[in-house]
Amino acid sequence: MPVGLKRGLQAASVAVVVGLLVLLVWKVVHQDKGVAAELEHGKRPDAPHFDLSRLDGAGKLSLASLRGKVVVVNFWASWCAPCKSEAPRLEAAWRNFRGDGVVVVGVDAQDFSGDARKFIRKHKLTYPNVHDGPGKVLPKYGVTGFPETYFVGRDGRLVGERIQGEISREKLTAGIRRALAS
Amino acid sequence: MKTLLAAVLVLALAGPALASDRHPTLGELEGEVMCPTCKTPLDQSSAPIADRIRQFITARIAAGDTKSEIKAKLVAQFGPAVLAEPSKHGFNLLAWVLPLVGIGLAAAALAFLAWRWTRARDPAAAVAGAPLDPDLDRRVDEELARFDR
Repeated sequence: MPVGLKRGLQAASVAVVVGLLVLLVWKVVHQDKGVAAELEHGKRPDAPHFDLSRLDGAGKLSLASLRGKVVVVNFWASWCAPCKSEAPRLEAAWRNFRGDGVVVVGVDAQDFSGDARKFIRKHKLTYPNVHDGPGKVLPKYGVTGFPETYFVGRDGRLVGERIQGEISREKLTAGIRRALAS
Repeated sequence: MKTLLAAVLVLALAGPALASDRHPTLGELEGEVMCPTCKTPLDQSSAPIADRIRQFITARIAAGDTKSEIKAKLVAQFGPAVLAEPSKHGFNLLAWVLPLVGIGLAAAALAFLAWRWTRARDPAAAVAGAPLDPDLDRRVDEELARFDR
């Protein structure tokens, strides 16, 4: 084999290996941790946008349409046990605070929409719920499991801390009050 | 004759595929459907949603759905990522074509290198191509002359 060709092939092989390494490092460094990471550092990032089909009626619901209100965004799924326990608390908070301009929005993800509708009927939920079957919104927020709850201020930015796992009545009330005061 | 053979081959391959599509089993679909939460095939997952999807598949098989219909219903609920294999159209087609292109290129490169190495080691070509050193030529002549004496 001519020396030129051999050197060329060697250089191409090294370039491919280096390229793959760079790609790996970039992927590890830029893993999407969502806005949860910013919240943990005390920042108030914009709440990631979503526009999803409603489970409690026809049409879609976008987060942007709720600007000017405090929004409690609760990620859940019908197959998640703690989601069943916290559902009555979310319904109670929605009934108690809706007069103050607070909206609870349930985002049912990685779930059958039929199962989600049954869940809503069974637990007599009256707050708006939307369906994100593929779970596209989850990485934007940094959701790691169900349930998970976020609070959005009237300005459309997240406030306070995200609640991972079943939310207590105290934490729910405190989160809403903090968002109302922001 | 060739056309007949091709037709027989196509029919032989299409038969089982068609039967599999019309009468799917839970076992084969478990390997072709992903668990949305754990991102592994269904047959490797015991997550609650994986159990629920298995239940759904069993019900749809009992209702007489084909494999394509069951997959379409799952995609409508969970998006295309619920399928273990990418679809064969649009951008996803690249996932099917690129490996074949890679294998083709690698085969061509190997064939080229093999041809180059074979040509370089051809003794006839080496003898014919390399002129004898004049000094060596003279020594060979002397040795041959001495041998003849």
